[in-house]
Amino acid sequence: MINKEKADILIVGVGGQGILLASEIISSVCLEAGYDVKQSEVHGMAQRGGSVSSHVRYGDVVYSPTIERGRADILLSFELLEALRWIEFLKPEGTAIVNNMKITPMPVADGSERYPDNIRQKLEKRCKELVLVDGNSIAVKAGHIKTVNIALLGVFSKYLPFDTNMWKKSIVERVPVKTKEINLIAFDSGRNAN
Amino acid sequence: MRKLYSGNEAVARGAFEAGVEIAAAYPGTPSTEIMENIAHYKEIYAEWSVNEKVAFEVAFGGAVGGKRALAAMKHVGVNVAADALMTAAYTGINAGFVLVSADDPGMFSSQNEQDNRFFAKMAQIPMLEPSNSQEAKDFTILAFEISEKYDTPVLLRMTTRVCHGKSIVECRDRIPGPACRYQKNPQKYVMIPANARKRHVVVEERRKRLSEFAENFSGNITEYNDTSIGIITSGVSYQYAREVFPGSSFLKLGVSYPLPMNKIKTFAEKVKKLYVFEELEPFLEERLSAAGINLTGKNVLPVLGEFSPELLREKLQGQVTENSECDVKLPARPPVMCAGCPHRAVFHVLRKLRAVVSGDIGCYTLSTLPPLNTMDTVLCMGASMGIAQGLVRVLDERNRDRVVSVLGDSTFIHSGIPGLVNAVYNRANITVIILDNRITAMTGHQDNPGTGRTLKGEKVPDFDFAGMARAAGVEFVQTVDPVDINETENIISQALKHQGPSVVIAKRPCVLVDRNQFPGQMKIDWDTCKVCKICLRIGCPAISINDSKITIDQTMCFGCGLCQQICPHGSIIPLKSMKTGSENDK
Ligand SMILES: Cc1ncc(C[n+]2csc(CCOP(=O)(O)OP(=O)(O)O)c2C)c(N)n1
Repeated sequence: MINKEKADILIVGVGGQGILLASEIISSVCLEAGYDVKQSEVHGMAQRGGSVSSHVRYGDVVYSPTIERGRADILLSFELLEALRWIEFLKPEGTAIVNNMKITPMPVADGSERYPDNIRQKLEKRCKELVLVDGNSIAVKAGHIKTVNIALLGVFSKYLPFDTNMWKKSIVERVPVKTKEINLIAFDSGRNAN
Repeated sequence: MRKLYSGNEAVARGAFEAGVEIAAAYPGTPSTEIMENIAHYKEIYAEWSVNEKVAFEVAFGGAVGGKRALAAMKHVGVNVAADALMTAAYTGINAGFVLVSADDPGMFSSQNEQDNRFFAKMAQIPMLEPSNSQEAKDFTILAFEISEKYDTPVLLRMTTRVCHGKSIVECRDRIPGPACRYQKNPQKYVMIPANARKRHVVVEERRKRLSEFAENFSGNITEYNDTSIGIITSGVSYQYAREVFPGSSFLKLGVSYPLPMNKIKTFAEKVKKLYVFEELEPFLEERLSAAGINLTGKNVLPVLGEFSPELLREKLQGQVTENSECDVKLPARPPVMCAGCPHRAVFHVLRKLRAVVSGDIGCYTLSTLPPLNTMDTVLCMGASMGIAQGLVRVLDERNRDRVVSVLGDSTFIHSGIPGLVNAVYNRANITVIILDNRITAMTGHQDNPGTGRTLKGEKVPDFDFAGMARAAGVEFVQTVDPVDINETENIISQALKHQGPSVVIAKRPCVLVDRNQFPGQMKIDWDTCKVCKICLRIGCPAISINDSKITIDQTMCFGCGLCQQICPHGSIIPLKSMKTGSENDK
């Protein structure tokens, strides 16, 4: 678990993976806990399969809405290549929580570039703690692949000093009513994974 | 009530609390959510107008009519509305009128990064600049008060990080705007030269009064700490500066036009070294330098792109953040046209026909990226139409028979129609392809006249694209389903051969709006696949090659069947065999 009073959290992945919802839940929990919070993301291309990042910062007072390179406490990545792309934002003593899956970017899909090998080793070299999560299978077991963002949130939630119920309340308020149950299962499975 | 609001949500909340009764916008990142959120307040009439100029005029009409009114648009939208804006600065208003301009330093989703502070100066109207969501709300409310007190439109300038950054906002109740009776007043509102000359005098007088207002504006905040460094800044740059220079002195400007020059001079005298932090153009800096104030600004800071705390550390404190050890060059992940996007087939055909493609702005602009590489030009919304007509007049005979203007449904209505009328009038031999995906997709799926639904969810008749083209005098008008490639190629070829302007409407809903429109997903039959890679050339993100094997990602494929139609070996087949119709319903 990290410093209780403040933290810089960077959430990254590919447009369409539910990153914006995950960061909204994280910020709302920080707000509920009584902190100043800033969340910054860029809309527009998000649904079009591009690289997406969302910054969440909390503390007594937060000024900059964005996190600087080398200063994030936690990197939460929904995809392997994106973890590598953004790892330089993590401080050396930080934690990277990474979904162990690949989404092929267009230059790789059409054969003009290669998806990098040994991402795990490259990440390990660069951060103190690497948590690789099989988010997709947790999500599928919970009931739907689309709950992967909430499953990863479950894993992530262990690293912040906030009560499980606060997380669950925020999730229930934000996911479609029909998917409430499976999202809560996904969250619990993530939180209890290894 | 404390809420975590984006700057855009906060402007909407501010409009609500300020008693706004009418609001209009045309979507455009990063401004779009302002009107989407205003639409949730039942007390406010809100609309998607067909373009920014109309949005401005609708809101202005509401203000002249006596109700507080707001228009919102992205920075380049203000160019479209500028004609109305420049003269609205002369007429003034009746009830308060605020124009929100959302600038995009860094061009996250824009074709340029123009600095709209210059519009305030050009129109001689006040401009406020919030630096977080609370200020976005407060300044929206203040803007209405200023507007009414000084009888002027007020510009509220946001930037991407303020629009989309979320921070805490204290919400209050709605207070109705002041009662402003509508009175016919042609000397003020009919801008014939005789009246306009008198109004220009008023504008000049007002400018003097506004300078006094700026000196006393509560949103300009001086904080004296250590005076060895003093920083003058505004908007989100203030937040970055506070992060990097926690102990320094600040003059945070809430108003960027007109400037409180006395306040600035006093501050400059009290600090030893003066920094001016502003993203984009040296707007403040030029004014300060002209007043003889010594400062450090654009001599070390860039005019390109957005700022960050890191940039300030590097340029002003010489602290460089090391690049990580991950020195391998990573494959980029550009945004792509979605799997199942109905636009894709049209570009496949245009590439095949070697068309000269005068392109436009929307999701389809992504076809300019590899592997489709189709667009020849993209300038601004609606420009495909005029540029095609210029090209066709000058290109050699090899190219002039295949000049195509391609634009989306929303873009056609926004600013394509006058260009089409021009093509008919001047007998320009171009083919216009309207990509009618039944929505304004790029900006996040807003309704438009073609969708038959308003912002408030009211049903209205669909706009008739073919009828419009015929009414303009186009003789060749055909509608085609782009998912049928052969038919699409056939119709576009005919259109190219037709002498005079022709219009092809490629009609098929955006796949993100109607996900179940296709019969069933596709897969590769590896027994017959020759790995010829023709399917990779359409740039579908669901199709990829791994270890010399082509695969279709089932989590992405919508089953549009485009790949199946172009595969020369019949190796792309339905995932489930097509025995009965119901089996294939997803
Ligand atoms: C003057 C101006 N206003 C708004 C925008 C933002 N914008 C970019 S694309 C687009 C709409 C595109 O819609 P459409 O033409 O229907 O194409 P689609 O994205 O649906 O394919 C808008 C509003 C802009 N670039 N310029």
